[in-house]
Formats: sequence, C-alpha cells, structure tokens
Amino acid sequence: MPMIELRNVSKWYGSFQVLDDCTTSVGKGEVVVVCGPSGSGKSTLIKAVNGLEPFQKGEIVVNGVSVGDPKTDLPKLRAHIGMVFQNFELFPHMSITRNLTLGQVKVLGRSQEEAEAKGMKLLDRVGLLSQKDKFPGQLSGGQQQRVAIARALSMDPIAMLFDEPTSALDPEMINEVLDVMVELAREGMTMMVVTHEMGFARKVAHRVVFMDHGQIVEDCTKDEFFGSVRSERAQTFLSKILHH
Amino acid sequence: MLEFDWGVIWKYRESLWDGMLTSLQLFAIALAGGIFFGTLLALARLAPWKLVSVPAAGFVNLIRSIPFIMAIFWFYFLTPVIVSKFTGQQGEAVGPFTSAVVAFIMVESAYYSEIVRAGIQSIPRGQPAAAYALGLNYWQSMGHVVLPQAFRNMLPVMLTQAVILFQDTSLVYVVALKDFLGAASKAGQLTGRIVELYIFVAVVFFILCFLASHAVKRLQARLAAGR
Ligand SMILES: Nc1ncnc2c1ncn2[C@@H]1O[C@H](COP(=O)(O)OP(=O)(O)OP(=O)(O)O)[C@@H](O)[C@H]1O
Ligand SMILES: [Mg+2]
Repeated sequence: MPMIELRNVSKWYGSFQVLDDCTTSVGKGEVVVVCGPSGSGKSTLIKAVNGLEPFQKGEIVVNGVSVGDPKTDLPKLRAHIGMVFQNFELFPHMSITRNLTLGQVKVLGRSQEEAEAKGMKLLDRVGLLSQKDKFPGQLSGGQQQRVAIARALSMDPIAMLFDEPTSALDPEMINEVLDVMVELAREGMTMMVVTHEMGFARKVAHRVVFMDHGQIVEDCTKDEFFGSVRSERAQTFLSKILHH
Repeated sequence: MLEFDWGVIWKYRESLWDGMLTSLQLFAIALAGGIFFGTLLALARLAPWKLVSVPAAGFVNLIRSIPFIMAIFWFYFLTPVIVSKFTGQQGEAVGPFTSAVVAFIMVESAYYSEIVRAGIQSIPRGQPAAAYALGLNYWQSMGHVVLPQAFRNMLPVMLTQAVILFQDTSLVYVVALKDFLGAASKAGQLTGRIVELYIFVAVVFFILCFLASHAVKRLQARLAAGR
C-alpha cells in the first residue's frame, strides 16, 4: 500500500477547475517530484494531500487514512506529515527554538525539555545550532528554509511535502537547502516535492509527475521522464526551464 | 464682563475627583471587556461555521450603525429589564454604573472586533497554514500564531480607539451617572460657575488625551523601527 495515494481528485473554484481527475501515488521511501507551468495546480495538489485544500471529488489516502472524510481528525493526520512552504512560514514572533518546539509540545504533548533536545538535534543537523536564540527575521532566506525543514522533521513525519522550497531564494542559497533535501531523500524519507530544480530531480527522484491545466499529464519514472518525454507539453516545459 | 472664579474647582475637588475615578473605572472595565469580547466576536466572525459567523456579523453591524449614545440608552434601559427577567429581582437592583458598564462593553466590543478582524486579516495566510500543517487546530493556530502577530500590528489602532473610548465615557452623563463631567456639571449648577468647570473638564480631557496620543505616536515609531 502506498504512503500517499490520490484517486481521481478534482477541485473547482466556482466554475474554474483547478484539479482535473488527478491520480498518482507516493510509495514508502519514494521521492516524487511534481513540476509544471505556473498556475497548473501543483500547490493545490500538494496542499490537498494534508487537507489544507479541500477538494470536491475523488479520494486521497495517507497512511491508510482518508483525507477527505469529514470524520478524519485532520490535525492528528497533519501532525505526522511535514510540510515546507515556498515562503518558509516560520513564526516571526517566536525564537528559532520556539519555532522548533511549538508543535512538539502543543500537538505531540512532549515536554519542553524533550522538545528542545529534539529541536536542537535537528537544528544541528541543518547546521544552524548557533542560531537557536535568534528570530526568523535575523536569518537569511536559506537559513530560514533549513529551520523550516528542521521544524517539520521535529514532528517525526512519516512523509514530507515540499511546495517550491527554493523558488523564493537567492540563487546562492538554493544549494544549502537542496543539500538538506538530498540527504533526507537518501535516508529514505517519503517525499513529494513541487520544484523546478531538475538537478534535484535527476539526483534523487524516483518518479516525476508533470502537471498542466490541473491535469497530471505525465507520471513516469525519472529515467523515462528525462529520457523520452512523451507529451509535447512536457517537452516544451522542460526545454524552457532547462535553458535558464 | 466675564469674571472667572477658579476657586470653585478647588472647593469641589473631592466630588470632581470621585467623578474622575468613576470615569476611569468605567474606562478600564469597558476597555478590558471591549478587547476581550471584541476578540471573541472577531474570531466568531472569521470562524468557518456560518452558525457562528452570521450572528456575530449581525451584532457588530447593528451596533456600528446606530449612534453610540443610542446604544447607551438602549442597554441602559434594557439591562435592568433583562436582569430582572432572568433573576426575578427588581430592575432597580441593577445600578446605573453596572448598566453603563454593560452598554459600554457591548458597544466597544463591536468596535474592537472590527479592529481585531482587520488585524487578523493582515496576517499572511501562509502563517495559519503553517500552523495547521504542524497539526495545530483552529484555536491553537489563532492563539499561538495569528493573534500574537495581529495584536502587535493592531496596538497603535487599539490605543487610538482607547483614547476615543476615554472621551466617550463622558456620554454616561446622559444616564445621570456621576462621572467626571457629571460631577463638574453638578458643581456648576450649584455655584453658577458652569463655564469655569466646563473649561476645566475640557483642559483635563485635552491633556490626558494629548499625552496618550503622543505615546501612541512614539510606540508606532518604535514598532516601525523594530520591523
Ligand atoms: N482561492 C482561489 N480562488 C480562485 N482561483 C484560485 C485560488 N487559488 C488558486 N487559484 C487558481 O488555481 C490555479 C492553480 O493554482 P496553484 O497555486 O495550485 O498553481 P501552481 O501550479 O502552484 O502555480 P505556481 O507555480 O505559480 O505556484 C491558478 O490558476 C490559480 O489562479
Ligand atoms: Mg504554487
């Protein structure tokens, strides 16, 4: 059974269809990269996985739990799915340490000491232990995103969702974030990553999903995708992003 | 030929001071109650459940579209009626001060709820989304993530509204509660020195509110610099 499974998911904003019959899955330990032009529905799709975006048709099952079921305890489900956002979304009024412990203490019920020990271990892992008492605004974009990854990991997630984690970063900071993600992938974390970083996809992705106009146009292995892309739309897209 | 006799102020200092204490008490209770219930109203208005948000919006819009003085009259006369309905006590059991407090809290909570709502909406949507993604529920996300940031943004506007509220406490004069203005008025009637006393009231209000506005400006500058 896959860790994340989407079956015929559709979503409309009024009469505008953002997601059109999307079906795909992410197995345990698998890394799936989602790409596609702006406005194609990538963010909407990945946010549907942890119930941040409701959808009208189809089914999403994460670790055996149906996300769309009104009876599902969404906070409980989300507590074990890490999410990393394009704009980091660290809590600016809290120190880095508090950012790392808030969820552990309030949601998982860990003690402050336990949460801090865990948080500091992860902060060290992303190379930012010395910043623990600072506030998010005092860190560079790349540092903030690494803290955001550590924050997600502090909840012991069974899977990680990334929505364009490097697209708000200055070019010289992209790699420090990608390095952390590559390491995670190599350790066997289940990951669904919206990104245009094809270098990352080549390095660690198992599969690539290509979206356009709310549809999943391609869903194939990395080698198939970079080898002989079948759809013309994906071909055009790839040639565009590989040229800048 | 006008001849002022400022001695009356000294002569009536005790009743004026009592009046000021009443005004300050009303102000403090109305401010605390207004912010507390205003925050609840704002949360109710923004809650994802229509059963909660629609009545809250109705209440706020009703209060905001009638003159403050009318609302005071209303709650002033309504509160004793409602209290006697529920407790079986006589309406007179509720004094003018309590009625005025209820009226002020009702009205101020409607005003403050709009300030809090604007403050909440000024926080980027990614913030609650990140809180939810960690597994926090609606109330935790509001309490730990959204409201603390919103209050910081709202502080200057809230203090400005507090200054207005302090001035508005003089409206209780219409329900014969002896606040600062009421005390001055009474002294004026007794001595015929109403002009001196009203000038005194105006000067005191001016000084207090001027100092407060000045403090708000400084706070605003400090918050802006701290960004
Ligand atoms: N609240 C909303 N109401 C109406 N339309 C929306 C709303 N949110 C998103 N959309 C539309 O849905 C489409 C998909 O948006 P989405 O953010 O998922 O795209 P995306 O693939 O992530 O794009 P990008 O690369 O720019 O992040 C877009 O056309 C967008 O304009
Ligand atoms: Mg997006």
